[in-house]
Amino acid sequence: MALKDGASRPPGRTEGPGPYPALRTYAPRAIAPRSNDEDDAAEDHIVSDVQKAALSPETVLAQMKKNGVTHVVWLPDSETNWLFVLMKADPSLTLVGVNREGLAFSAASGIYAGGKTPLILIQNTGLMESGDSMRGWTMQMEVPVVLMVGYRGWTRHGVNKDTAATYTERFLNAFNINYYLVEEDADAERISTAFAEAKKTKRPVAVLVADEYHGFN
Amino acid sequence: MMDTAEMLKAFSRHRGNAIVVPGRGGRHWVEISDKPNRDVPLGDPAMGGHASFAMGLALAQPGEKIVLFDSDGDVQMGMGILATIAEQQPRNFYHFMLDNKCYATTGGQPVPNALKLAYHDMARACGYPRAYAYDNLETFSINVERILNEPGPVFVWLKVRPEIENKPIGSRSQWRKRSQVQVVMDLKKELGIAS
Repeated sequence: MALKDGASRPPGRTEGPGPYPALRTYAPRAIAPRSNDEDDAAEDHIVSDVQKAALSPETVLAQMKKNGVTHVVWLPDSETNWLFVLMKADPSLTLVGVNREGLAFSAASGIYAGGKTPLILIQNTGLMESGDSMRGWTMQMEVPVVLMVGYRGWTRHGVNKDTAATYTERFLNAFNINYYLVEEDADAERISTAFAEAKKTKRPVAVLVADEYHGFN
Repeated sequence: MMDTAEMLKAFSRHRGNAIVVPGRGGRHWVEISDKPNRDVPLGDPAMGGHASFAMGLALAQPGEKIVLFDSDGDVQMGMGILATIAEQQPRNFYHFMLDNKCYATTGGQPVPNALKLAYHDMARACGYPRAYAYDNLETFSINVERILNEPGPVFVWLKVRPEIENKPIGSRSQWRKRSQVQVVMDLKKELGIAS
């Protein structure tokens, strides 16, 4: 996630023109829907890492507040580091840090049973570690919870070198968990869509935070 | 070593209005409790998660006293939650742990290093401000009221006799009278929470 203009630089980071050092400024490129005309087909053959890494933590935080999140159960991942700084400063949120992602699902289930609104914030690696906990503590117990999942290894060109990315969507599909891809601020409403769907279906719904900035791709 | 049902009866005399997550003691607790709508008998949604579930409930309902009867096998599987609970410091959370030194529901195989672990020391080392250990009913019965009047989080290591099951899961008697979803719905209704 990139910080918006004017945000301070993290300790120890001194290089680069903006809050993030060496921020790439490629033009954004839509990933769906695709047309079948020849121009698009030709473009699809270009192996490119075109992306404007512009999902700001402020936008994500605004979505949390819009959807009434009270507790963020989380384990840090590199895609969401800046979000932590903002969440910690927000008095309306309780941050519950866990040290194994499976524990996030049972903790969120308890928070839900107590009438509050949890959000689970983890990386795809930890999501895959959490399968049985997700099944037992959220799916079986019909807990409507949104999982914000850092999509480590994700690329826009379909060629990845990280098995964390290879199996992420397959894992979600195996559990029949629906998911939404969020790359930049313009996608942020998909987070609200995920909250609405979780509430309606009484199931976990995932938001895959696809941020190419951090160099996993 | 204590009998789990007798220990739960001793606790029940001092329960007050606490919400009880009976964990592995559920089969006995559903026969002892006189406040079923303030009980959260979930069986075993997924092993290792009882403490984090009960902690979440305690954080969401800080005005309610939350009592959990966890197990040694569950704690070992999700041991990291001790650090999280100690960090959150829920003053309304009472973490009792039944230690039978084995996986009773799978035939009684030992949990790792069952005879040498000091669970109350582990809880203290993780940051629980108060932790106790009891291996006989009389001493526990004398102290349980005082423990429940202390601010949480409190960890209480209880050494109990194993109640080993060897029948296949499908042929065991079903002690849960309500589904997990119904249990949570009943609790929310009891607490005045809109579902």
